[in-house]
Amino acid sequence: MTSLLSSLVAALLLVNLVALGSSRIAAVIRAVAIQGVLLGAITAAAHGHLSRDVIVLVIGSIALKAWLIPVILMRALRQVALKREVEPSLGFLPSLLLGALTTALAVAGSGRLPLAETRLAPLLIPASLATVAVGFILLTTRRKAISQVLGFLVLENGIFVFGLLLVETMPFLVEAGVLLDLFVGIFVLTIIIHHINREFSSLDTRRLSLLKE
Amino acid sequence: MIASVVAHAFLLVFMPPLLFGVINKTKAAFAGRTGPSLFQAYYDVAKLMRKEVALSATTTGLFVVAPAATLAATLMAGLLVPLASFAAPISFAGDFVLFAYLFGLGRFFTAAAALDTGSPFEGMGAAREVGFAWLTEPAVFFAFLSLSRLSGSLSLDGMLRATERGAWLERTAPLVLLAAGIFVVLLAECSRIPVDDPNTHLELTMIHEVMVLDHSGPLLGLIEYGAALKLFVLSVLLLHVMAPTARIAGWPGFALFALGLIGLSIIIGVVESMMARLQLLHVPTLLIASILSCGFAFLLLSR
Repeated sequence: MTSLLSSLVAALLLVNLVALGSSRIAAVIRAVAIQGVLLGAITAAAHGHLSRDVIVLVIGSIALKAWLIPVILMRALRQVALKREVEPSLGFLPSLLLGALTTALAVAGSGRLPLAETRLAPLLIPASLATVAVGFILLTTRRKAISQVLGFLVLENGIFVFGLLLVETMPFLVEAGVLLDLFVGIFVLTIIIHHINREFSSLDTRRLSLLKE
Repeated sequence: MIASVVAHAFLLVFMPPLLFGVINKTKAAFAGRTGPSLFQAYYDVAKLMRKEVALSATTTGLFVVAPAATLAATLMAGLLVPLASFAAPISFAGDFVLFAYLFGLGRFFTAAAALDTGSPFEGMGAAREVGFAWLTEPAVFFAFLSLSRLSGSLSLDGMLRATERGAWLERTAPLVLLAAGIFVVLLAECSRIPVDDPNTHLELTMIHEVMVLDHSGPLLGLIEYGAALKLFVLSVLLLHVMAPTARIAGWPGFALFALGLIGLSIIIGVVESMMARLQLLHVPTLLIASILSCGFAFLLLSR
């Protein structure tokens, strides 16, 4: 079971690299969708036995993160963005290297964290820290609102992985609530994207800080 | 021992063009065409071998020697990798360095022959090929470091056959990362999509193909065959990392291994059908990602 879990976690790290290095927004959305599927599979593998709650949670999170949210974002992309490139303020190569550096630090540093137990694959903590860091890099170095939403999603995925460490104690309702919050958040953000686009006819968030009559 | 060496040599010499056939058949299936025969690459090489050589007036002896030298280097590299559970014909401590630089030697001769023609296009192709190759080298060495750490062996044979002792189950995460990294290296080294398009004939976007524009007849045949051989050797390397094939001993394992190579070619065909070629400027990003992937694997193993 742990070998399945750790290969899934390794795939998660690879998808992080894809998300950092892709130049098209659609490719990043697809990467985030794949991450959603992986998260569902990781949840199932981490729980071990499949009770009714776990199955509902896995299906719910896959449906939401791998289908519903990507569909909403793809629609938003079709409707508002004329240019479908990512346009980072930090180049792809530097952000890729920065992502690698934070992943290396996460792997090296997670051993020293005073965490209770790492019975589930020792990789889970570094992977979650690395995913959070990658999400943060995406969130801060991309200019378009839609890529920032994607960064937020990756960040949330990292937090979700960290939450898996508490599988025994985390009640089902809390996890389901988090998923609902996420969905509402993305929904609101796409509405905001539409408004930014209508106001400035561009998704560049730098325009938000400019003074305007 | 003798039988396994003979089988190794047989597969090494006769199987490579088949892999091209499988890739092209897969691509044709995706495009809804029948596609060329599975054995088309054999026919092509045989046809080229019967043709006469046309040499440009500016070329020197190097131009004629280079394809044979490249082919010899690749064949030598093919003798260093084990097939299935049988030991590699040649194996000694540290042979992975030889393996990596035999490919380097082959590349040197191809690039030198391209420069020898004095054509600016070929010079450009050589510059691109070498410019991308230096990025694949760190990935390969990180991969070898990780494998040697995993197996405790310094020879390619020991490293690659370590997967038979259940190492695959204990160390899945680094091996997944390694497989992903080596797959990208394979695509780049064998000039497949998304790095290079083997079918393109637009000089401005070509990498490998532009270097062999001036070669003709048997020389071109040697180059085509050498390209297939390179794909074969790197596929063997990847297959050992991807799957614990060596756990099935003896001849059934050998047959299964050959089937695995064909399966790998189908995967390459699927990737080629589903992806567009990357912009030249984005190729280094992909290659650096492969370095990082292999580097992560090493990091995970050395923890």
